[in-house]
Amino acid sequence: MLDIIREYWPLLLVGQYPHGPLGGLAMTLIVAGLGLLLSLPLALMIAIARVSPYRWVARCAAALVHVVRGMPLLMLIFWAYFVVPKVTGHAVSGFTTLVCALVIYESAYLSEVIRSGIEAIPRGQIEASRSLGVGYWRTMFKVVLPQALFNVLPSMTSQFVSTVKETSLGYVISVNELTFAANQVNNLVLTKPLQVFGVLAIIYFIVCFTLSRGVSLLDARVRRTRAMR
Amino acid sequence: MIQLEQVNKWFGENHVLKNVDLRIAAGEVVVVCGPSGSGKSTLIRTINRLEPIEKGRITVNGQDVYAKGLNINTLRAGIGFVFQSFNLFPHMSVLDNVMFAPLNIRKTPRDTAMADAKVLLERVGLSHKLDAYPGNLSGGQQQRVAIARALALKPPVMLFDEPTSALDPEMVGEVLQVMKSLAKDGMTMVCVTHEMGFAREVSDRVVFMDAGEILESDTPANFFSAPKHPRAQRFLSDILPSHG
Repeated sequence: MLDIIREYWPLLLVGQYPHGPLGGLAMTLIVAGLGLLLSLPLALMIAIARVSPYRWVARCAAALVHVVRGMPLLMLIFWAYFVVPKVTGHAVSGFTTLVCALVIYESAYLSEVIRSGIEAIPRGQIEASRSLGVGYWRTMFKVVLPQALFNVLPSMTSQFVSTVKETSLGYVISVNELTFAANQVNNLVLTKPLQVFGVLAIIYFIVCFTLSRGVSLLDARVRRTRAMR
Repeated sequence: MIQLEQVNKWFGENHVLKNVDLRIAAGEVVVVCGPSGSGKSTLIRTINRLEPIEKGRITVNGQDVYAKGLNINTLRAGIGFVFQSFNLFPHMSVLDNVMFAPLNIRKTPRDTAMADAKVLLERVGLSHKLDAYPGNLSGGQQQRVAIARALALKPPVMLFDEPTSALDPEMVGEVLQVMKSLAKDGMTMVCVTHEMGFAREVSDRVVFMDAGEILESDTPANFFSAPKHPRAQRFLSDILPSHG
């Protein structure tokens, strides 16, 4: 496996770059990063809609979440691949399609995580804030969300890690990310598929583990500040 | 100051408040006591609309609390509420907790809010804990911060819902001290409490409730020496030996 890494590390890391488009691990991280960056605010909006005192808002958001959660991501990717060009009128790259599909998929799941965090905040917190005369939205953004988002950080990390791994599905629409690059390496080496995909697994593991560990360290630090048990 | 007229509330089929009439004048300190389940906490929570009522009228400073089109936040900013479980914001320091309302409602500039908060925390004896977080504090300290937080907007009336019931006996005293000094300064206070010593010492009136009704309302001297209603008599005989 070390020979494979030594021989093919540029391909795995950055794909064809600089002699071609960016790919490999760099592309995976970019897709995952963009996916998370865009799905987090969307998930927040959906979660807030779901706990809204206006019933129709809550019901619409619930319907959206149920529909998206009922679909496999692969199907969503294929579907986006054909629908997005129809809607926008011109062809879109696999990269854009993958990011769109990921954002839709992740915001539904992330919104459920955030909603659970919001609903777990003791009612006394909201009562205390409202009793001071602070309105609904300020209470939400200054009292509920800071606590809720922090409390569900471990759950959100699971979703982030999932997103990183889900980028591998871009392979089916020829997005040049890490799995695609590993497949290219395999097509070059041909005799050692186990080792090639073993390297792939190790790279994914390092990325995901670093992410989880980083978040848990952040979590520990904030807990110490707030003197939480 | 506060007027409750024929207040009725149901939790489903359960009639928890029955034709409650209560009048609290400015500067009065009223203690509401009674057995558990009597509706005293529910009653105090209807005053700032934490609980809705089905029938009756509640006015605070002449303003009908359940009036249509009323800005509930403005009303609540004029009523300080102290909870049994303190309900401090754990993600903010003590100072930030107390500054929270002035900064977010009155848009007070930060240095003014900070100076005011420091004065309030000095008053409750916690100047040395400004940057601590609620998780670092004992129950008594947390409740004192909660009182400071409720006082931050300088409300004319303070409501206390069993402020010492969740505290260790040793910490009850420090919280009652703060409440006594507030009463001495002329604050209008309604306290739901089991602290009969506090009631005897500080209150202008004791209101006894059972099963959603006010059974007795009298000066502490009269109430503790000669309660008229048999239920009140039973309550006092049960509660007083343990309080001494």
